[in-house]
Amino acid sequence: MSVELGHFALILAFCLAVAQSVFGLVGAMPGKSYLQSGVRPAVAGQFVFVVLAFASLALAFQHNDFSVLYVASNSNSQLPAFYRFAAIWGAHEGSLLLWLLVLACWSIAVAAFTKNMPATFVSRVLGVLGLVSAGFALFILATSNPFARLLPAALDGRDLNPLLQDPALAIHPPMLYTGYVGFAVPFAFAVAALLEGKLDPVWARWVRPWTTVAWMFLTVGIALGSWWAYYELGWGGWWFWDPVENASFMPWLAGTALIHSLAVTEKRGLFKSWTLLLAIFAFSLSLVGTFLVRSGVLVSVHAFASDPSRGMFILAFLVICIGGSLSLYAWRAQRFGSTAGFAVVSRESFLLLNNVLLVAAASLILVGTLYPLFLDALHLGKISVGPPYFATVFMIPMLPLLFLLAVGMHAAWKRAKLESVKTKLLVMVGASIALAIIVPLVSYGSVSVLSVIGFTAGMWVLLSSLIEPVSRWRAGHKLSASVLGMSVAHLGLGVFVLGATVVKAYEIEKDLSLTPGQSVTLGNYEFKLNDTRNVVGPNYDAIEATVVVSRLGREVTVLHPQKRTYRVQTNPMTEAGIDPGWNRDVFVAMGEPLGQGAWSFRLQYKPLVRFIWIGAVIMALGGFIGVTDRRYRARVPRSADEAAREATVGA
Amino acid sequence: MTPRRRRMMFVALIVLGVAGATTLALSAFRDNVLYFYSPSDVTAGKVPAGRTFRVGGMVDKGSVMREPGSLEVKFIVTDFAHDVTVKYSGVLPDLFREGQGVIARGRLVDPQGHVFVADEVLAKHDEKYMPPEVAESLKKTHEAQRASRAST
Amino acid sequence: MWRYAIPVAIFAVLFGFLFVGLNRDPSYVPSPLIGKHAPAFSLTTVEDPNKQVSPEDFHGKPFVLNVWGTWCAECRREHETLLEISRQGLAPIVGLNWKDERESAEQWLRQLGDPYAATAFDPEGRAGIDWGVYGAPETFLIDANGVIVYKHIAPLTMEVWNREFVPRIRAGGGRS
Repeated sequence: MSVELGHFALILAFCLAVAQSVFGLVGAMPGKSYLQSGVRPAVAGQFVFVVLAFASLALAFQHNDFSVLYVASNSNSQLPAFYRFAAIWGAHEGSLLLWLLVLACWSIAVAAFTKNMPATFVSRVLGVLGLVSAGFALFILATSNPFARLLPAALDGRDLNPLLQDPALAIHPPMLYTGYVGFAVPFAFAVAALLEGKLDPVWARWVRPWTTVAWMFLTVGIALGSWWAYYELGWGGWWFWDPVENASFMPWLAGTALIHSLAVTEKRGLFKSWTLLLAIFAFSLSLVGTFLVRSGVLVSVHAFASDPSRGMFILAFLVICIGGSLSLYAWRAQRFGSTAGFAVVSRESFLLLNNVLLVAAASLILVGTLYPLFLDALHLGKISVGPPYFATVFMIPMLPLLFLLAVGMHAAWKRAKLESVKTKLLVMVGASIALAIIVPLVSYGSVSVLSVIGFTAGMWVLLSSLIEPVSRWRAGHKLSASVLGMSVAHLGLGVFVLGATVVKAYEIEKDLSLTPGQSVTLGNYEFKLNDTRNVVGPNYDAIEATVVVSRLGREVTVLHPQKRTYRVQTNPMTEAGIDPGWNRDVFVAMGEPLGQGAWSFRLQYKPLVRFIWIGAVIMALGGFIGVTDRRYRARVPRSADEAAREATVGA
Repeated sequence: MTPRRRRMMFVALIVLGVAGATTLALSAFRDNVLYFYSPSDVTAGKVPAGRTFRVGGMVDKGSVMREPGSLEVKFIVTDFAHDVTVKYSGVLPDLFREGQGVIARGRLVDPQGHVFVADEVLAKHDEKYMPPEVAESLKKTHEAQRASRAST
Repeated sequence: MWRYAIPVAIFAVLFGFLFVGLNRDPSYVPSPLIGKHAPAFSLTTVEDPNKQVSPEDFHGKPFVLNVWGTWCAECRREHETLLEISRQGLAPIVGLNWKDERESAEQWLRQLGDPYAATAFDPEGRAGIDWGVYGAPETFLIDANGVIVYKHIAPLTMEVWNREFVPRIRAGGGRS
């Protein structure tokens, strides 16, 4: 199928998205309900045409159609077929089409699974989603058309950026997008509720699973990005507080707050305005994140486009979506005040603090990310804000949050009686502190104040999250998916904190020169360079080193780091040699030749680094388990027993 | 303690906490804002003493010198008006090349001899791309040079 | 009651800055050069290493300077537009082949067509620095007196040409 058909399909998709928003929003007005029957067909139609548009671009890549400018800029006949598919979202135009496709998938899922909801309300929700889709489709058609032709056709393409030729590439952006584009769903629900003027706990129950699923994907997407940066960028870092990383992390923080706020709204009918605001905030951060990456406003390793007209369009879009929803909020949110009270120490108050701290963290990161831009706008100079700012400023709200979490997850609604868990918690914090001092001393030889605090926090959260499931299991009670999910997610967080603390405190990194036959030590490990040789890959040539790694005299593994030169783009690229392990990674990356057969190398010892990503995956798993809870699926009448138990320490 | 007193203590604690946190945040901010200076700025003495900052320009052709067998490397960063010698110990990024734009982060160890010790060298972008700050400052010094030549 | 308006107020402030920030796109700083005399250079042409070209050669009528390279995908995109513009004949286009190889540049012009009245060969990028070039493509408009009146970053389109270049050429044409 030629790309002109794809282009045409996209135009049709745009028209259908407009129809969707008109039918949806106008159809919710009094007297116009006959329009509502057109909404779901419009959603379905839009979905079909977006898929067709995407498919036509995919085919152009597979068939090496270099008469399409986007294909010529991002692919090459030597590029393996798998990457020819992933290259679709390797640059600006294709990424946006992917964004639109993901939104279309979410929209059609919402259309399909809301048959039991009040029709007018669903109509509004789909109408709002239609507006967002229409905006993006228009943006792509007007400023970022992936279907533009290149005539005469190039003989061969410029190849996909070698940094992106990696399996994680195939998964990271779609995961990420499924996540933060998915926040459009709670956003649409929030706007619909504001338009309707009422919000009951059933609304919260409906929104929660959608938000949790989106959050889950975002968690995995961010973790994948971090992991990919770790082994692909060659230098062992896993988080750089880069504007693009921040762009995906801020929605995650807001989304986490949203999930917890939704719990309060569902269970107690409280925090309605918080929840509405958080839903708007999370999606707004997703949109702002898109703006940061797509308009070249901040330049970073990932920045694709630096075309001002694109940025203008997105700004206009942001004003309409965010400004519009926040204005609606300013106008309507007073209606949602609630009168129920709660004690100073209660689940509600812990979750209120949770909201505040997470929003504070997200806001501080936002300030640091946007500050250079503000200064530039005011002609006050060009600066950059270094990673230590973000690290410090993130820890300030997050450390207290972790300690509060260990206690708060056991607090009951309305008035927390923590007597039953007080002893357990105290024992656990004591054990955590002890472990925090002993384990690093024994394994790594030193302790510091920060490492002890971080380790204690992670360990305590981990242990604390076990209390609920273990005690219920031992008492013979059934464990609801909701409670299990919560426990698993918090456990994952504990694992993550352990990993991040230990790696930060105890990683060892050394740059040095090695000649074949030479050995060096790093910590308990010895590294011996055997030789270097030339290697030919499908679309690159490389020098490969053979490094034998031993620990305390015994051989552990042989690593083969490479220095690749991709033939088309002629950028040199480092492919690190990594020996993974649950308790440590050993990392070898080649630098440059130093003459006489010597090469510079960067060697790293990264203890517990895998805990970072394992922790994130466990968090996402917790989210998944939570979503499978029965109360989200069928309207099953619950026993009074179950209802009572959930009311005390429900999730 | 009466409930009222308890609540007030609570509030006071929170206010204290927020005040402390804000101070920490502000100082973290101040300490990590990195300014960018051109080699001309550096040689003119415009850089505050002892601070970490970023300097950028073009890597002067033929100026990259390596200590044989070690990771010590020395190169000259220029904006075609003045030069700064940069010393770095470590692996240079893949895109680092003579005749290309570069940004180094570190501090000035020898203000008189204009020697800068870098703890990070950035040459991130596309080979053909020059960081905007570098291009802008190169342009400014060119204009200044031409102006001074014209007035002599 | 008014606290609900705080979020939208904060957003309005943020938006204001972003709006200004975008107009000062960090990779887009043409203002210092606009209104200044076009920096001089004397470079060999791509086709003939024995021939020289300089902006002085075009003094007396407005002309366009286009910075390009064969390694730049975006330049491929604007090539059609450049050919169309050169066909129009409103103003000559001088090419500045930036940080490139002579053979590749020659082949490009032969294969795709040559919209340039002359193409200067600047392999080191020194002239580019004088002109404040960050990357390719970039296109400058120089008036009849040799003063730079406009700079466009990113591929030139007919839309930008008609909107920004043509009116300025018409306004400043013919004077010397």
